[in-house]
Amino acid sequence: MQLAGPNGAGKTSLLRIIAGFSAPDEGQVMWQGESIAKNYDEFARQLLFIGHKTGVNSQLSAIENLRFWLQIQGYDTEQDLYSLLAKIGLVGLEDVPVRTLSAGQQRRVALIRLWLNDAKLWVLDEPFTALDKAGIAFLQQRFLAHLAQGGAILLTTHQDLTTHFNELQTVTLEYRH
Amino acid sequence: MLRQHSYWQLFSAVCKKDLQLAFRQRAEIVNPILFFLIVITLFPLAIGPEPGLLSRMAPGIIWVAALLSTMLGLDKLFRDDYHDGSLEQLIASSYPLPLTVLGKVVAHWIITGLPLVLMTPLFALLLNLDNQALIATVLTLLLGTPLLSFIGAIGAGLTVGLQKGGILMSLLVLPLYIPVLIFATSAIDTSTMSLDYSGQLAILGAMLVIAIISAPIAISSALKVSVS
Repeated sequence: MQLAGPNGAGKTSLLRIIAGFSAPDEGQVMWQGESIAKNYDEFARQLLFIGHKTGVNSQLSAIENLRFWLQIQGYDTEQDLYSLLAKIGLVGLEDVPVRTLSAGQQRRVALIRLWLNDAKLWVLDEPFTALDKAGIAFLQQRFLAHLAQGGAILLTTHQDLTTHFNELQTVTLEYRH
Repeated sequence: MLRQHSYWQLFSAVCKKDLQLAFRQRAEIVNPILFFLIVITLFPLAIGPEPGLLSRMAPGIIWVAALLSTMLGLDKLFRDDYHDGSLEQLIASSYPLPLTVLGKVVAHWIITGLPLVLMTPLFALLLNLDNQALIATVLTLLLGTPLLSFIGAIGAGLTVGLQKGGILMSLLVLPLYIPVLIFATSAIDTSTMSLDYSGQLAILGAMLVIAIISAPIAISSALKVSVS
């Protein structure tokens, strides 16, 4: 599902409410028939959130960042992270501090999490920012694979996604004063 | 991709990351110690090098310097994680947030508190502190500095989202340090009179136990408010 709307319409705010970081003024967020506020840990297990701020520490290397993320999410860290990094185009850059990478490469470090999780719901805020064409195509392939496995994706983007995703639903927020 | 939930894995991962970052930017470890050293050397210069007066004032000086140098690192405790989005990832993890927070506070103590405890015998020489009082000072710092980290982290969590949170945090946290200061310096005073000071140590220990149990919960709530 794509969340569209002009700058300032509240796309990011809505995503943050859905991910459970902010409380809504009215109403509640439901996940599988239950309010997420009631059982947040259970919901968090099914959620992968990558926001505008990606949660990548710029002092640590790509590998260290990934290992840390896997650990705090409770995943096994004994995985072949190097070949995964190579696949996403970061070969040779695994062990340098992330701050020395370009913006697009930093975004890739955060997006590798999409290959390393079993969450049902992906909430992504502008995932295509700073990525090149090949990167966007690669990411869209991953989206299709996730959808084929029965997962759901909620994202904001200004890209046109209709050509690749025929089940795409778009919700447009309007800017109100 | 099975998830194996291990609380120890989370705790050690959080702790290790902060220690790794601190050792990568050495200044973070060295600065509080240098600050501590400079504050302590200022006192003999300011009040005169009279040994009796110095050793009388030494416990107070050491403890106030310890309070202030703990404050130095607190400002940074959650700041980077807040700005790069790691805090959101930690909240959206299926692990309980208080455990994560516990890991961060323990790392903060290892970086700022533990070096002070270890360096105290050296600083005691500068202030002409006798052996008995030195042992009492080290013991109170050992129990007291983790307490300072826990209490301070609550303030750090509350102010992390603010633009200039540092000063507000000091205003919030320093008054809460007063009980620690009172019991710690009272223990050292008692020791210089060759009396039993286990009572004061027991109170510091009790405060530490309460802080270990309840502060992480308070810090987690503070962080959730700051992130939302």
